[in-house]
Amino acid sequence: MSDLLPGGEPAAGPPAARRGVVHRFLRNPLAVTAAAVVTAVVLVAVFADVVAPGSPVVSRLDMVNAAPGGEYLLGGDGAGRDVLSRLVHAGRLTLLGAFLTVVVAMSIGVVTGLVAAYFAGWFDTVAGWAANLVIVLPGTIVLVSLFAVIGPNILVSMAVLGIMFSPNFFRLVRNQVIAVKNELYVDAARVSGLGDARIIARHILYVVRAPIIILSATIAAAAIVVQAGLEFIGLGDPATPTWGGMLQDAFANLYTGRHLFLPPGLAIGITVACFILLANGVRDALEGDESGARRRPPRARTAAPAVPDDRATEHVPDDALLTVSGLVVGYRTRSDEVTEVVHGVDLRVERGRIVGLVGESGSGKTQTALSVLGLLPEGGEIRSGHVALDGEDLARLSPRQMRNVLGRRIGYIPQEPMSNLDPSFRIGWQLVQPMRRARGLSDSAARAEAESLLRRVGITDPPRVMSSYPHQISGGMAQRVLIAGAISCNPALLIADEPTTALDVTVQAEILDLIRDLQRERGLGVLLVTHNFGVVADVCDRVAVMRSGRIVEERATRDIFADPHHPYTITLLGSTIEGAPLRAPLDEEVAP
Amino acid sequence: MTGRILEVDDLVVEYPGRGFRARPFRALHDVSLHIRPGETLGLVGESGSGKTTLGRAVLGLAPVTAGSIRLDGREIGTLSRRDRRRLSQDLQVVFQDPYTSLNPVMSVGDILAEPLRAQGMSRAEAGERIRGLLDQVNLPADAGNRLPREFSGGQRQRVAIARALAIDPRLIVCDEPVSALDLTTQARVLTLFREIQERTGVAYLFISHDLAVVRAISHRVAVMHRGRLVEQGPAAVVTENPSDPYTQRLLLSAPVPDPVEQERRREERHRLARARPESELAS
Repeated sequence: MSDLLPGGEPAAGPPAARRGVVHRFLRNPLAVTAAAVVTAVVLVAVFADVVAPGSPVVSRLDMVNAAPGGEYLLGGDGAGRDVLSRLVHAGRLTLLGAFLTVVVAMSIGVVTGLVAAYFAGWFDTVAGWAANLVIVLPGTIVLVSLFAVIGPNILVSMAVLGIMFSPNFFRLVRNQVIAVKNELYVDAARVSGLGDARIIARHILYVVRAPIIILSATIAAAAIVVQAGLEFIGLGDPATPTWGGMLQDAFANLYTGRHLFLPPGLAIGITVACFILLANGVRDALEGDESGARRRPPRARTAAPAVPDDRATEHVPDDALLTVSGLVVGYRTRSDEVTEVVHGVDLRVERGRIVGLVGESGSGKTQTALSVLGLLPEGGEIRSGHVALDGEDLARLSPRQMRNVLGRRIGYIPQEPMSNLDPSFRIGWQLVQPMRRARGLSDSAARAEAESLLRRVGITDPPRVMSSYPHQISGGMAQRVLIAGAISCNPALLIADEPTTALDVTVQAEILDLIRDLQRERGLGVLLVTHNFGVVADVCDRVAVMRSGRIVEERATRDIFADPHHPYTITLLGSTIEGAPLRAPLDEEVAP
Repeated sequence: MTGRILEVDDLVVEYPGRGFRARPFRALHDVSLHIRPGETLGLVGESGSGKTTLGRAVLGLAPVTAGSIRLDGREIGTLSRRDRRRLSQDLQVVFQDPYTSLNPVMSVGDILAEPLRAQGMSRAEAGERIRGLLDQVNLPADAGNRLPREFSGGQRQRVAIARALAIDPRLIVCDEPVSALDLTTQARVLTLFREIQERTGVAYLFISHDLAVVRAISHRVAVMHRGRLVEQGPAAVVTENPSDPYTQRLLLSAPVPDPVEQERRREERHRLARARPESELAS
């Protein structure tokens, strides 16, 4: 990477495909087929007069329940009308009804959802109540009773159905908007002097548009089914052909014209299925986009799959607790290439030593630590090299054997204390359980041990903390609890991944004191991953500087600070701003 | 002319409590400070100290319960949404996280054009200005056509700075603008902040939890603790010879990248802690 050049950060990756969504959609055959079918159905309905072979309403007595294949391609119905012509014309009202439902549901739901979420206050409360009320109404029963009032008017029924469906849009839009409106870029737009209408149009509607499209397709499908059902039970307009009405006619001629079921049944089934498949296709296409949008750009370059080199484990001196040699870590990408993030790292941690692994983001320091723990995320693997604990190669252990190593021989202190405690269990339980399992202690012995450990890590009232849930304690306390947990099964090696990065400096100082004391007391070997040279200077005996997946320099802490050798180390140490010149205060203004 | 771009007097910010008739939560207690044109006031404190709330109150994103905030002598703490909008000419912001402060679906050019167009600038004028802005923050001229995700954290923060500079504000609230960046990037972005200030005479309210960062950029430093300002003064005094015990503890807690000096400071901190045991450990 060229980030040593002054004034510029590492070059950005290749420009991402802007037309990604359309491209991804077109590569999904199911979605394309569904889109084609929906388009065809709509076109046929619109141009029914041209497409249909005959009139949908002319009755011929000689064609009553006529079998398919004759003059009427799909046969004649119970009144001697052409089934094919009726099918084509019926699409009109069916699709129009579905369209009406979607438009009504969307206009009501989207507008109220936007207003409720963006401006909150009393409107949000009232709209929420109204939405809940509409949702609990049984839709079909409302429509049936409506028939008693307005008679057979399917379009009015479908508009009412739209009102019944509107809470779906309301809830979707409201939740999405609440999630977006607190994004920093919306705050920034507000500070930039943009009006509410502009913020909604530019920043908020854009985010909710995809889910709205998806929900619309689903609701259109549901509307077609409800409409067909209404007409089937005879609540439709008998004068206009509809798919549901044709089903009703088929049912009336159950014994004489069985062929009548198939055409409307298939038309409904295929159209509904295609709407749903279309929605799924759109969602998949958009989701592919989302996942890329928020991720940080990968820093490591793609490399050809490494040839596994079987470097023999070097002679292990007696005091070496952890020996990493020739470690190569790679991630398998979707196209089955391997992206290497660690390229041959050698590292040693001795008993009673704290070794710092320091580097910037993307340098591979965390990946190195995670491979020692055997906890690389999905897709990551040790491509070659050895990770030896007391001379035993951890990379060759089975997952079951590795479980016996973790906790018992290697303790782990994570970066985010809060997300590493399970919020649904009391802290006491989370500390006691591993000790009972790993050390075979009884419940009361494990509790007593947990209390003394908590006292050791500086918690003044262990019983109270043990009966608390994680959200009831502070971040510093949570990190103390995790440290107590990490040492509870007497490991020989402690791996700490940025253990103080999420903490305030005053708390950080206390936690570093604690790690140093514990290491002395118990003769632990500690591998401390950090980006902070202050932390290194405070606790580490030796430090390895990592950059782009390689260790560029590894020496005793005092030596490296006094006389760094590698240019990258010099750059890093030169970038620390602790010694930067102070700015003098501006001259006091002359009193007016 | 008072010679002060920002004056905050006895500012109180309270957030409503949760639940019926709950007591409101007081995030700021009677905070007073001022910033002069072209000056950087560093605001340092730990999480929950109220430093971000103070920044948001100045920006009109947090409720002002009592006290006053004046920009150029004009009261802005109680403006309506509409009047607030006109303020954007004088007051801008750079947020902490360059990953969420830029809309991921808008190109960098559109992001920069937004405040310009909101001020009624034509498309052509805005395009011209954007080229100048990108140059000012050392980004390539073609950056405007690309999406934020194509840039690294440091580059994104440059985009955010360019957006803040777009309409020549007189004060920029910088809320932890370098905390999410790597060390080398951090130093470069801080240099950029200083250069821009020397060139344009903009004032910064620079909020950070990191005393070293604040020390490197500020003319004066204010320290916040539990919603109150505990110390305020020239950077040299506050960051080297603080008089307030909390500031002293904060200063000694931040580890320095020098093992010998760090050991001395650690012992000094332990000595202080023994002399005045703090009860915070237990809470």
